[in-house]
Amino acid sequence: MKAAVIVFPASNCDRDLKVALTHSMGREPDMVWHGESELPDTDLIAIPGGFSYGDYLRAGAMAANSPIMREVVKRAEAGTPVLAICNGFQIATETGMLPGALLRNAGQKFVCRDVDLLVTSQNERFVGGFEQGEVVRFPVAHHDGNFYADEDKLNELEAEGQVAFRYVSPEGEQTGEANPNGSQNNIAGIYNKAGNVLGLMPHPERLISDELGGTDGKRFFDHLVNSIV
Amino acid sequence: MTEITKDIVAEHGLTEDEYADVLSILGRTPNLTELGIFSVMWSEHCSYKSSKKWLKTLPTEAPWVICGPGENAGVIDIGDGQAAIFKMESHNHPSFIEPYQGAATGVGGIMRDVFTMGARPIANMNVLRFGRPDHPKTGHLVSGVVAGIAGYGNCMGVPTVGGETNFHASYDGNILVNAMTVGLADTDNIFYSAAAGIGNPVVYVGSKTGRDGIHGATMASAEFDDDSEEKRPTVQVGDPFTEKLLLEACLELMATDAIVAIQDMGAAGLTSSSFEMADKGGVGIELNLDHVPMREEGMSPYEIMLSESQERMLMVLKPGREEEARKIFEKWELDFSVIGKVTDTGRMVLTMKGEVAADLPVAPLADAAPEYDRPWIKTPPPTVLKGEDVPAPNDIGDVLLKLMGSSEIASRRWIWEQYDHMVMGDTIQRPGGDAAVVRVHGTQKALAITTDCTPRYCYADPEMGGAQAVAETWRNITATGGKPLAITDCMNFGNPQRPEIMGQFVGCINGMRRACKALDYPVISGNVSLYNETNGTGIYPTPAIGGVGLLADYTKMTTLAFKSEEDVVMLLGDLTGEMGQSIYLREIEGREDGAPPTVDLEKERKHGDYLREMIEKGLVTAAHDISDGGLGVALAEMAIAGNIGAEILLETALPAHAALFAEDQACYVITVKPDDVEMVRGFALAEDIPLHIIGTIGHTDLKIDGALTISVSKLKDVHANWLPGLMSRPGSE
Repeated sequence: MKAAVIVFPASNCDRDLKVALTHSMGREPDMVWHGESELPDTDLIAIPGGFSYGDYLRAGAMAANSPIMREVVKRAEAGTPVLAICNGFQIATETGMLPGALLRNAGQKFVCRDVDLLVTSQNERFVGGFEQGEVVRFPVAHHDGNFYADEDKLNELEAEGQVAFRYVSPEGEQTGEANPNGSQNNIAGIYNKAGNVLGLMPHPERLISDELGGTDGKRFFDHLVNSIV
Repeated sequence: MTEITKDIVAEHGLTEDEYADVLSILGRTPNLTELGIFSVMWSEHCSYKSSKKWLKTLPTEAPWVICGPGENAGVIDIGDGQAAIFKMESHNHPSFIEPYQGAATGVGGIMRDVFTMGARPIANMNVLRFGRPDHPKTGHLVSGVVAGIAGYGNCMGVPTVGGETNFHASYDGNILVNAMTVGLADTDNIFYSAAAGIGNPVVYVGSKTGRDGIHGATMASAEFDDDSEEKRPTVQVGDPFTEKLLLEACLELMATDAIVAIQDMGAAGLTSSSFEMADKGGVGIELNLDHVPMREEGMSPYEIMLSESQERMLMVLKPGREEEARKIFEKWELDFSVIGKVTDTGRMVLTMKGEVAADLPVAPLADAAPEYDRPWIKTPPPTVLKGEDVPAPNDIGDVLLKLMGSSEIASRRWIWEQYDHMVMGDTIQRPGGDAAVVRVHGTQKALAITTDCTPRYCYADPEMGGAQAVAETWRNITATGGKPLAITDCMNFGNPQRPEIMGQFVGCINGMRRACKALDYPVISGNVSLYNETNGTGIYPTPAIGGVGLLADYTKMTTLAFKSEEDVVMLLGDLTGEMGQSIYLREIEGREDGAPPTVDLEKERKHGDYLREMIEKGLVTAAHDISDGGLGVALAEMAIAGNIGAEILLETALPAHAALFAEDQACYVITVKPDDVEMVRGFALAEDIPLHIIGTIGHTDLKIDGALTISVSKLKDVHANWLPGLMSRPGSE
C-alpha cells in the first residue's frame, strides 16, 4: 500500500502521521509539499494537523488554496480515500470536500487532552476495526474544533450516517461535559457522502503505543491499512 | 545630527562613569546610533555587569558537557553521537506590560536560541510567578501569559510538557515568565556564533525589521513604576508561523556545510548579534544597513540596530554558498539578504545611504563592558521551627483538603491543557508528574525535564533556598528513573544596587554552587533578570532551575501514580518535622516565617542514587519526591494520579501535623510489589539507606491511621477545582 502525506508551511503533525502510517504499513508514506501540482500514485491521502499558514485569515483557509489541493480534491472525487486530521479536517471543510465548518472552541481556549469517542458509523474502510458503538480514546489538540453545520446539513449528516465519531463520557454517554469544544451533536468527525473522505479533530496518530498512553490509534491505522490493501 | 546631552546619556541608562568610558574608548563623542549601541551592549541584560562576578563561581564542567555558558544555549552529550541543547530565559517585564505577546515572544526567543545551535526543539517548559490570587490583575495576567505561551509553542509544533506556576504577593507588580527549551542535535553538527573567514558574507534571514521592541533590553534592565504600561510599544510582537518556517529553513541549511557561524537576533537585535559574532571570532564586521529587509520606510540606523523584531537570524556563510542558502530561504518564503562581510579591522562599521552611521571597535566595547562588585549584606539567618513550635490543628483531614485546594498545590491542569503537550509523538510522561519525560525520537532513550524553585525558601535563607532549588530538580528527575545531567538557570531578582537584594543573589548562587558540586550537576546555560521591582519593592528571590536528565531505557520509567492494590508504600528518607516556610504554616496558620527545611546534599545524593538503582532494576512501581505540602500532600497526589487509595500507618515520634506537612528534603514516597519488598529493603540495608514501610495501596480512600480518612474522589475534586474557580472570576479573561 502507498500513502501520501500533504505538508503545508507550518504543518506540524506531519512527522507523527508519517510514524503512525509507517508502523502500520511497513513502509514510509510519500511526503508531498503543498506547492507541488502533481500527486504521486497513492492509495491513501492524509492531511495532517498543524497550523498551516499560521491559521492566518481562518484555520485551513489559505492551505485550501494551495496548488496540491486541487489534485487532492480531484482524487477524492475519483474515490481515493482521504484522511484529514485536525488542521487537515479544517482544510477539508474549506475546500468543500467535507461539509460544515470548524469554529473557535466554545471555551475560547486551545484544548489538549485525551477524549473518549463513540464510533457511530459502520464505514468499514475507516472504522471497521472497531465495534459499532465502541468507545475509543484519541487526544484532541486544537483551538478551532467546534463543528458547525446549518440545520438542513446537520440533519442530512445524521440521517445519512455521515457522523463518524462523537465526543462521549467514558461510559459512552453523549454529555455536554464530554464535549471539549461545543461541537453540534458532539460531532468529532464526519465522512463525505461517498464515505471515502474522513475528517476528524482528534489525533489517532498520537496514541499508537502503551508508552504514549494508549493503542486505539494503532488499531485505527492497522485496520485502515488492511482494508485498503 | 542630534547633540549628545547629559539627559540623552541618562535616558540610555548609562551612568556618568560608563559614559566616560565610552568617550575614552572612542576618543570622541559618539553619535546617537553609537550611543544606542553602547547602551544596549552595556545594559544589565546584555552585559551581566552586576552578576558576572558571582556567576563565574558556578561549576560548569563535567565529562558530558560539550558546551557550557556563553553560547546561545548549553550542550550535553547524551550518547550515540547525540546531544541535548537547552536553556531557560526570562521575559518578565514585557509579559507584565502585555502578557500575551510578552510570553509568546519569550517562548519564540528561547526556541531560537536552541535551534540556532543546530538542534530541533523537542520540549518546552516554563516557570511562571504571579501575584496573589485575589489581586485584581492576576486573573488577566494568568490568562494572557498562558494563552501567549500556547499560541506560540502550539503553532511551532513543539510540545510544552510542563513547568511550574506559583502565586505570591511579592509578584503583584512584577510577574515572572521564564521559558525553557530543550532541543536535540548530532554532536558533530552543532553550530556556534564566532564569526570567521575574512571576506565571508554576513547574511540576514527571517522576518523584516520593524520599529518594535526598540530598547527592550534597556527596559528589562530598569525597575517598573506606575507608568510602566506606557512602555507597551517596546514589547515585541511574535509571529510563530514565521518562526516555524525559520526553524525548518535553518535546519535544512544546517544539513549542508554552508554555515560558518550563526546567531539569533534576540535582545538588542542586530546590535547584539553582530557584536557577539565579531567579538567571539576576534574579527570585524562591515554592514550595509540599506540591505537590511525593512518593514517600514524611513527607518534610521539607530532604529535598525536597536529593533527587537522577532524571528530573525544573522549568519556568516562560506564564500560562494549564498545562492544555495538563498534558495532554501526562498522556498520557505523568508527574507534572505547579504548585508555585509567579515573584516580584519576589528571594527564594526555600519553604513547607510553611502554614509558611515557608526564605527566602533569591537573588542574594547565588549571587554570594557562594566563589571561591578556590588556591595551586599547577608540575609540574617532565620529560626528553625519544629512541630512543637506550631500549634496542632483540630482536624488533620480538613488540613489536607485545604492544602490540596490551596494556590500552591492545586492542579495546574487548567494551564497545561492549553498547551499541546503531545505533538511530536514522544511525550511519555505528560505534565502533572515530577518531571516530564520525552523520548529521544527513534531510540530507547528519553530525557526527563523539570523546572523548580521555592522562592519563599530563598527569601528566608538564600543559600539554603538556592541549594534546595537545584536539589529539587535533581530529585524530580530521579523520581522518573532519569540520571540528572545538567541545569540551566534563570536568576530573577530585585534591584542589585540594594545590598540586601545583592545579598539574596550571592546567597542563592552560593547554595546553587554547593548543590551543583555535590550532585555532579553543572550549570550549562542561563540568564539573569534583575530589577524585578515595582515602586521599590522587590520580588522574592527566584533562581529558577531547569534540569535535564537521561533515561537510558524509557521502558524503565516510573511515574508518581499509585498502580495496583497490595503494592507496599515506603518512605525513603527520614522525617525531621522542620516546619518553617511550609505551605502548612502559610495556609493554616497564616504565617510566612521560620527557616526553610535543611538540605543535606550528602543525603540527597545517597537517597537519590539508591532510588535510581532500584528503578533501573525494575523494583519500583511508583515514586514521588516530597516537596510543597510534605508527606501528606505527596501521598494524596499519588492517590489522585492513580485513582486508588492507600492505608498508611506512620510510626514516628513527631506530632502528626509535623510528620505529614513538614517539607522534608531528600525524601521520596515509593511503592513496591509485595514480592519485591525484601529485596528492596536488602539493598537499602546494605547501603545504609533509611527506608520505612508505611502502608499498602488499596480501596477508594486515603486513610492515615489516627489522622484522617478521605475519599480519593474528594481529594481529586478540591485539587482540580481551585484554578478553574480562580479563572472563572469576572475580569480573568
